[in-house]
Amino acid sequence: MIHNQTIIEQRPAPSSSVGPVAWLRGNLFNGPINTIFTLIGLYILYLLVVPTVQWAFINANWVGTTRDDCSREGACWVFVNARFTQFIYGLYPRTEIWRANIVFAGFFTLIAWLAIPRLPFKRWVAVFALVGFPVVAYVLLHGGYFDLPRVPTHRWGGLMLTLLLATVGMVGALPIGIVLALGRRSNMPIVKSFCVVFIEFWRGVPLITVLFMASVMLPLFLPSGISVDRLVRALIGLTLFQSAYMAEVIRGGLQAIPKGQEEAAAALGMTYWKRMGLIVLPQALKMMIPGIVNTFISLFKDTTLVMIIGLFDLLGIVQAALSDSRWLGFSLEGYVFAAFMFWIFCFSMSRYSQYLERKLHTGHKR
Amino acid sequence: MLNKKHLVLLASAGVITVAGVATAHASTLDDTRSRGAVQCGVSDGLPGFSAPDDSGEWQGLDVDVCRAVAAAVLGDADAVNYISLNAVERFTALQSGEVDILSRNTTWTTTRDTTLGLNFTGVNFYDGQGFMVSTDLGISSASELDGAAICIQSGTTTELNLADYFRANGMEFDPIVFDTSEQTVGGFQAGRCDVLTSDTSQLAALRIQLDDPSAAMILPDVISKEPLGPVVRQGDDQWFNIVKWSLFAMLNGEEYGVTSENAEEMRDSDNPDVARLLGQDGNYGEGMGLEADWAYNILSQVGNYGESFERNVGMDSPLEIERGVNALWNQGGFQYAPPIR
Repeated sequence: MIHNQTIIEQRPAPSSSVGPVAWLRGNLFNGPINTIFTLIGLYILYLLVVPTVQWAFINANWVGTTRDDCSREGACWVFVNARFTQFIYGLYPRTEIWRANIVFAGFFTLIAWLAIPRLPFKRWVAVFALVGFPVVAYVLLHGGYFDLPRVPTHRWGGLMLTLLLATVGMVGALPIGIVLALGRRSNMPIVKSFCVVFIEFWRGVPLITVLFMASVMLPLFLPSGISVDRLVRALIGLTLFQSAYMAEVIRGGLQAIPKGQEEAAAALGMTYWKRMGLIVLPQALKMMIPGIVNTFISLFKDTTLVMIIGLFDLLGIVQAALSDSRWLGFSLEGYVFAAFMFWIFCFSMSRYSQYLERKLHTGHKR
Repeated sequence: MLNKKHLVLLASAGVITVAGVATAHASTLDDTRSRGAVQCGVSDGLPGFSAPDDSGEWQGLDVDVCRAVAAAVLGDADAVNYISLNAVERFTALQSGEVDILSRNTTWTTTRDTTLGLNFTGVNFYDGQGFMVSTDLGISSASELDGAAICIQSGTTTELNLADYFRANGMEFDPIVFDTSEQTVGGFQAGRCDVLTSDTSQLAALRIQLDDPSAAMILPDVISKEPLGPVVRQGDDQWFNIVKWSLFAMLNGEEYGVTSENAEEMRDSDNPDVARLLGQDGNYGEGMGLEADWAYNILSQVGNYGESFERNVGMDSPLEIERGVNALWNQGGFQYAPPIR
């Protein structure tokens, strides 16, 4: 009988086993050796963080328009400030920037619409994003229609160009990659060998070589009068190059699907495209999200290579700005800015892919 | 039987022939007029020679050559499409017709002038390898550099020229080699070497990047010849003449004292040289297919050579390069233009 015992009130765990103090003791000051390592670690962190913060924020110059506004004691963000428009739009004419802004707004709205699950009409928005929007963006950016002044592609640049290259590369590489991956697993010898040769060729040459061939050799092969735009050449090269990588990533996913899946679908009387489109690919692509996003992120960063063929992407325009004699010697600020911009985009892609994995997770996780 | 090597050779010969034939026929002047803009190849960023300014417009000594040609041909110095080119693709871009002028600090050498199907139209900057020393050393000439520690950028002809110069003068030096120009400046700044060597046009740009530019000075000695100038395709002599005389017009403008400010008044000048230059007496543009006021357009919109020099690389710019050998022939330099008559 326990009726004479009062039930002890539920009490929180003692502060020595929960809460920040306990966490610190358990993880950082757990014994003399760990304590020493923690202190050394903190000291190194102090040595790194304090000068960085002082350079980037406390001693930094923020306002002004010329290099005379820089005290040179810390970072001079005046440089980035003065060049900001150029870093975003390249050498796009100032009076026409509203056109680029509309494209930017449309681009981010469409991405957000497709990424946020609550919003309706996903299918139609996706169709518009893939078919309608590129045309609208081209007409707006390039001009030459509806009384819009023409802006030749050599004036495009900055973040705008980086996003353009990356988006076209990704959107182009994924379907070509799927087709190539399916082709490589095909039983038809000609299709199969074509895909193998294509993939191995493009994977076998460095991207720099591809871009150089496109920009230096191709014009010599073409008859005079026919000149393919530099940007288009780079886009085609980049897309074909990435599609080969994408194909191998997707093929890895296809191989992870048990053969029984396809056989079962075949037994139900499904055609090849139905088997692939309804049974195999949905499972494979879902598993391949980390791999695909990995390829996308590396593509996004690879776009900086177009700098060597004279296109001013984000990094290229920063370097061009650094060679203005009025702004010599601000390379650190310029590169930190470029790195920060790249980090924002790559990190967002990475986070979105993690979210997508969790959302599509239906029991395959191991 | 043809082996692989022969096939490759044949194929490349074919490509070169096609390129050669293709670039020979159309008149660049007509193309430029119908396009309404000069296609000009510039560097992808070189301080003082070609770089976009804060508002995104290209500025520089090389850029002014493009602007001068546009002013002469189209009457509008702003009618230029700038194509930025790196060192590797610059000649291909010109050969393939992507650009009509290459104005990209290109050194005039025999090989480039005779084997690439290109023509150098003149020299808009006499460059050469020079030395920057810290003022503390109290050195005033390169002949006092015996035993000096010298910062160089690796893999450039600079390294070779330096060794040749010191050997020829029986001096010793201690090379300290860096990979990039930024590291080279860093090494000089940190005191790892007494001297930094590079082309004089680059030295000025490197000097600005020091924490205290006044603590370093550029020696007057120049140990190599690097004449930089605009390049055009072979086979279109009219275009060659236009680019050549656009530069000459800028030089003549300086010689006769015609500037962008006074060009309008100078049109009424009694000086026959000025009258011929500005198209008031005879039409000297006719032979090139241009209007009589071609040189007036250049001088009023771009300015004369001296103005362009001071604005972009000289005393009015952060680079503060001395005129030196780039002064006019009658002021102790090499810049000499044939007369317009």
